[in-house]
Amino acid sequence: MTTTTAQLSLRPPADPTAELPIVPHRRPWRLVAGLAALVLVAQFLHGLAVNPGWDWPTFRAFVFSDSILRAVGVTLQLTAYGTVLGFALGAVIAALRLSGSPILRTIAWTYVWAFRSIPLIVQLVFWFNLAYLYKRIGFGIPFGPSFVSFGTMDLLGALGAAVLGLALHQAAYAAEIIRGGVLAVDAGQLEAAAALGIPRFRQAWRIVLPQAMRGILPNAANEVISLFKGTSIVYVMAIGELFYQAQVIYGRTGRVVPLLMVATAWYVLLTTVLSLVQYRVERYFARGSERTPPPTPWQRLRAAVTEIREKQT
Amino acid sequence: MSSGTAMVEVRGVHKRFGRLEVLRGIDLDVRPGTVTVVLGPSGSGKSTLLRAVNHLEKLDRGYVRVDGELIGYRRVGDKLRELPEREVLKQRTRLGFVFQNFHLFPHLTVLENLVEAPVGALGVPREQARARARELLSRVGLADKADEYPRRLSGGQQQRVAIARALALEPKVLLFDEPTSALDPELVGEVLDVIKDLARTGTTMIVVTHEIGFAREVADTVVFMDGGVVVEQGPPAQVLDAPQHERTRAFLAKVL
Ligand SMILES: Nc1ncnc2c1ncn2[C@@H]1O[C@H](COP(=O)(O)OP(=O)(O)OP(=O)(O)O)[C@@H](O)[C@H]1O
Ligand SMILES: [Mg+2]
Repeated sequence: MTTTTAQLSLRPPADPTAELPIVPHRRPWRLVAGLAALVLVAQFLHGLAVNPGWDWPTFRAFVFSDSILRAVGVTLQLTAYGTVLGFALGAVIAALRLSGSPILRTIAWTYVWAFRSIPLIVQLVFWFNLAYLYKRIGFGIPFGPSFVSFGTMDLLGALGAAVLGLALHQAAYAAEIIRGGVLAVDAGQLEAAAALGIPRFRQAWRIVLPQAMRGILPNAANEVISLFKGTSIVYVMAIGELFYQAQVIYGRTGRVVPLLMVATAWYVLLTTVLSLVQYRVERYFARGSERTPPPTPWQRLRAAVTEIREKQT
Repeated sequence: MSSGTAMVEVRGVHKRFGRLEVLRGIDLDVRPGTVTVVLGPSGSGKSTLLRAVNHLEKLDRGYVRVDGELIGYRRVGDKLRELPEREVLKQRTRLGFVFQNFHLFPHLTVLENLVEAPVGALGVPREQARARARELLSRVGLADKADEYPRRLSGGQQQRVAIARALALEPKVLLFDEPTSALDPELVGEVLDVIKDLARTGTTMIVVTHEIGFAREVADTVVFMDGGVVVEQGPPAQVLDAPQHERTRAFLAKVL
């Protein structure tokens, strides 16, 4: 009895179907659609290259010119200050809104309500014209004499007014994004931290925030990128950022399209860089969140290459 | 301060959620080095009692003392005044709590999970905490998982890590809220083995569970709760094999 079972399990069944090679399902229409799309892309690229209207020589002349590079610098500066100050203030406001105090919660809610309601451009013009409303700003006894005072324009130059406006505006949105991320963290995490006696600030910093980052990051990256392009709104204050500078140049030379392309190229390039940074940071905060983390694009590429090689052999 | 020999002393504890009175005067003594198993039907207030012991729930009346110290309150004249959160957190480092759903920190490795509270709450030097964490991990049989993230472990392994995390604070008492209820049947044994091992080494424990076999084997005292009161308590041979109350008998008939 035992010998027969052993023999049976040793010899594979002589089923010819089990020996047949396996080939993947063919998808001819997918190939056709792909080729058609490629033709359209090729036509578009060809048009870009040969249509003289795009005026590539002018593009080349200006894309790395000093004035444009300086303007890119100003744009990056506005974005950096707006992001850092905006998210720092936003974190404080989110903390207030999540706090136990009804007064603080109401103040935070009102801030968000106000700065989401006022159009950014109105706010910017307001800060820019602060010097018109208050010529001097002084510090001293409220309603009494002031000890020191500054000319408003000295304290708050055009760039300062722009940064202030962008940061205050950004903070309202950042606060909601951070609050959303925090709310999405499982309540059991805080309970476990509390049961372990971990101090309050450390609970927030070490347990809640790193987990909230997963929810915060995609939205925060959206905000940074839209702020980056949104800085072009400060052209109303005649600040030499990228879009304003492009306008100045085409105002002088009359070559509108190539200069818009210059600005666009820089926006696209820098947005791409930001997207790559976002990918990296998101991966960092995703650690431990899945049983098997998805491969990086590099790993995926290598896997594809090995697969193709194996098929050929 | 200390009255008598109890490690945990629960006296006249009342707790209501809105109109529902969940705990209606609980008295309980847990002697040092003993295991108390709490049984009872769903909704009888077992979790609420356990959470009240380490002040995850505030009390409406009554008090809890651990090793002679009032938990969550301070006596001021003829009132019990709630302690500031900072003080409560300090008290909780002397009580280990193991949750039904583990609640490990998913973004920290297993080792970091064990190091976080000793470093963050007690100010233990990091290196010392890490060495201790490794000891505890080998005690629960997971020395090789120190650098893994919790989500890559099986449920039973995660719960063993959670037990080790609670032990890392060297608590006076360990509280377990249905530690095996979220586990597949074949993983229950490995977690119960760890708890049995702790019982042998004289750790004071309160365990809420539905594992009657475990209660019979390990418990020094079995407490049967129903409707927010302790119906019956005593050694397992008495409560499980010769229950005095009809409600205990009915419950045991259902779960056995
Ligand atoms: N935070 C809360 N708010 C309102 N009701 C609550 C809250 N926590 C618990 N309850 C109620 O209190 C009662 C007792 O709950 P508890 O979790 O203590 O029961 P249990 O004995 O642990 O039950 P189980 O065996 O199902 O875990 C239940 O009716 C529950 O709905
Ligand atoms: Mg329960």
